[in-house]
Amino acid sequence: MARSTLTGTRIRERRMGMRMRQADLARSVGISPSYLNLIEHNRRRIGGKLLMDIARRLEVEPSALTQGAEAALLEALRDAAAGHEAAAPELPRIEELIGRFPGWARLLADTHRRVAELERTVEMLTDRMTHDPFLSASLHEVLSTVTAIRSTASILAETEDIDRDWQDRFHRNLYDDSQRLAEGAQALVAYLDEDSAGDAQVRSSPQEEVEAYLRAQGYHVAALERNPVPGIDSLIGAAPELSSSPAQDLARRYLERYAGDAAHMPLDDFARAAAELEFDPARLAQRFGVDLGAVFRRLAAMPEERLGLPVGLVTCDGSGTLTFRKPVEGFSPPRFGAACPLWPLYQALSHPMAPVRSVVEMAGRSPRRFLTYAICQPAQMARFDGPQVLEAAMLILPEPPAAPAQGEVLAAGTSCRICPRRDCVARREPSILADGF
Amino acid sequence: MGGTVLLIEDEPNIIEAIRFILSRDGWVVHTHSDGTTAYQAVLDKRPDVVILDVMLPGRSGFDILRDIRGGAGTAALPVLMLTAKGQAKDRDLAGQIGASRFMAKPFANTDVLNAVRELAEG
Repeated sequence: MARSTLTGTRIRERRMGMRMRQADLARSVGISPSYLNLIEHNRRRIGGKLLMDIARRLEVEPSALTQGAEAALLEALRDAAAGHEAAAPELPRIEELIGRFPGWARLLADTHRRVAELERTVEMLTDRMTHDPFLSASLHEVLSTVTAIRSTASILAETEDIDRDWQDRFHRNLYDDSQRLAEGAQALVAYLDEDSAGDAQVRSSPQEEVEAYLRAQGYHVAALERNPVPGIDSLIGAAPELSSSPAQDLARRYLERYAGDAAHMPLDDFARAAAELEFDPARLAQRFGVDLGAVFRRLAAMPEERLGLPVGLVTCDGSGTLTFRKPVEGFSPPRFGAACPLWPLYQALSHPMAPVRSVVEMAGRSPRRFLTYAICQPAQMARFDGPQVLEAAMLILPEPPAAPAQGEVLAAGTSCRICPRRDCVARREPSILADGF
Repeated sequence: MGGTVLLIEDEPNIIEAIRFILSRDGWVVHTHSDGTTAYQAVLDKRPDVVILDVMLPGRSGFDILRDIRGGAGTAALPVLMLTAKGQAKDRDLAGQIGASRFMAKPFANTDVLNAVRELAEG
């Protein structure tokens, strides 16, 4: 790479910065002013003793003259030009651009960096729109109402000989639906407003970065199943999703624990045992000599095709804040905000070390049942001389084949806001679903 | 015209609107709002065309479509699927399971009418 071609420019800048005349510098290192002039305009290469002499005279390291501070700028500009048709032929002249127009070059590089940041934010927001159960439910509500309004309105507008009774009826429907739409839209706006009020919420949280990273590989980190296990830092370094350092720390903690679980419960043995013991976490824990929490994590980390069924997992800390979310279809934990207080996860949290097994029916347009196991245990970092740190986990499996009696099914939801169970004793705030289901 | 349509949808005002436009076109319209018993309704009513909403209480429209395609007498029944999501994911799934036609809400009345006519003609 011909980065040294800019050495002359740097000499010139440094000399002018020191208010030294060209002739004086030339004389002090024993060359003619015209030769120095050629060097300063990058038309003569310079190296060896002459470079050392000039650097000493200019009171800088020789490398500052040959490499300069432009290395990062150069990289940024190359990156900006990558794949850009018009810029490609001028790529070899990139140093000339930096040399002649350092300000414009910096502007270009900064703009490029800013665009990349904004693209990331947009991606993150799009992702949130797709995965947020509250948004998805409210949008469904608004769309349904709009559909009814559109159909009804077009009947009124287009049917010439519509009879009076029908006309009245459609007018009334139109009125009801418009009111419902107004309420739905207001709730949606209020929700979005609230969310954008806190700046931190708009940005991706470290936890979301880790989740995106895990989601991309189906929550199964194949590299950690191999022997020998590769360095966790190299895995993190290779993950484009883990860009912030808090996210990297979070991922490191997660992956270290994952590697430990994988060592205690090797993939093939565990998958076979899981099928044999009918996915019973208690028997699996006994078989592998590990605690229930570890079995939950391991089941959730198995590739779905190996187990033959989808497995979800949520964990929370002592405050009830969800710290890990692996959704399954029909059971998606809220992306932010609190979950349903009836979840067995929270039952377990209030009775540390007592395992909870229950069949849960999730409220929704199409209610679905799941078999859940939950346990609350001290977190690994617990010590005798510190506060006790608890961690609860809930494993989510498909409904068991033998249907339980009605009374044994726990009626729960995702989160109060989008839950249609109006008369729920645990309701914390009203639902935004105007009509229930 | 003059065939039978079974409309499986739970939004009362959408039901009323679709029933109105199809009836005026000469169709006999039966409606059903509960997902869990929707397939039984298909067997009972023996319609020429089914209009099926994806998001139903009790059971998803995709599951009902699977039953229809798996049933001996109903495998070839024309099914127009409606969804409020209009997402590529839903459309793909509907196509895989075998929906004859797919329409995203909000739709235009004439589109529904035309789709039903075309589906009935095969």
